Amino acid sequence: MLIFVNEQRVECVEAEGLLELQARIKPDADLMIVNGYPVSGDQPLQVGDRVTLIRRGERPSPAELESLLLARHTPGVHKKIKRATVGVAGVGGLGSAIAVALARTGVGRLILADFDLVEPSNLNRQQYFIDQIGQPKVTALKENLRRINPSVEVQVHCCRVTPENLGELFQGTDVMVEAFDAAEQKAMLVSHFRKAYPGIPLVAASGMAGFHPANSIRTRKLSENLYLCGDGETEAQAGRGLMAPRVGIAAHHQANAALRLLLGEEP
Amino acid sequence: MMQLIINGKNREIRGAQNLTELLAELQLAADRIVVELNREILTADQFSSTTIKAGDRLELIQFVGGG
Repeated sequence: MLIFVNEQRVECVEAEGLLELQARIKPDADLMIVNGYPVSGDQPLQVGDRVTLIRRGERPSPAELESLLLARHTPGVHKKIKRATVGVAGVGGLGSAIAVALARTGVGRLILADFDLVEPSNLNRQQYFIDQIGQPKVTALKENLRRINPSVEVQVHCCRVTPENLGELFQGTDVMVEAFDAAEQKAMLVSHFRKAYPGIPLVAASGMAGFHPANSIRTRKLSENLYLCGDGETEAQAGRGLMAPRVGIAAHHQANAALRLLLGEEP
Repeated sequence: MMQLIINGKNREIRGAQNLTELLAELQLAADRIVVELNREILTADQFSSTTIKAGDRLELIQFVGGG
């Protein structure tokens, strides 16, 4: 019967188990992934199984790397999201974390827009590094995403998002994510995007400052194709700053909502 | 006095004739809000020219800063 080992077609006999296969193909492998899930013991193999055999610490070739990354994506999910595009407006605390999560998940294409540069004050919560201070955020993020998952296509726009350029910047997006910092920018994007593209789902965020309980951050449906993540009220202000945990929680609510929308599920 | 349905609840409005006046009466910042009037999205440039009438159904989504 035919199975796939490290994305290569391999013939094996019906009775052959996982450990036998491993001994035959890659005896020094100490990590086995079957159909996107790591397993430790022996198990029977089925037609069409996707088996990945990895030796821990081994640096894979680029072709092997692609198959190893693929192996960790859930089959079925991967096929759908590989073809999808997500637009992210703003790549600060929310947007940078959303982009990282979606790139790791294997979303095919990300469109990122932000006019800002990486500053020391961003590093308490945003997905940048000290040696990137002074770079445009979208440039720095594109590089970070490439280092995480080079098979994701990342399109970046270093500019301010306006009602006029919105449609052009995010052309072809399947799900749109609002990830701005300023309330005025959030309201502008949501109202103009909703008006111009009522058929494209939009995931916005409001209220994630401070260190209030994590569980007060929720994902809510506000109207057709409009979803809001956050507690809805906790504004960033003097004495109540933005911090990595809660901003990250809201960002991952947004990333998960985007993923669910791509998979045809209600967030 | 005029009765509106705002975010699913009945509200009595005193003197507002258009959306700009309504947001002022409700003490909401017009530049931080998303307005749906009878399920239609309105952008900020339409607020002052949009009249409101009794029974209108409004969804007002007030954004706060942070991200």
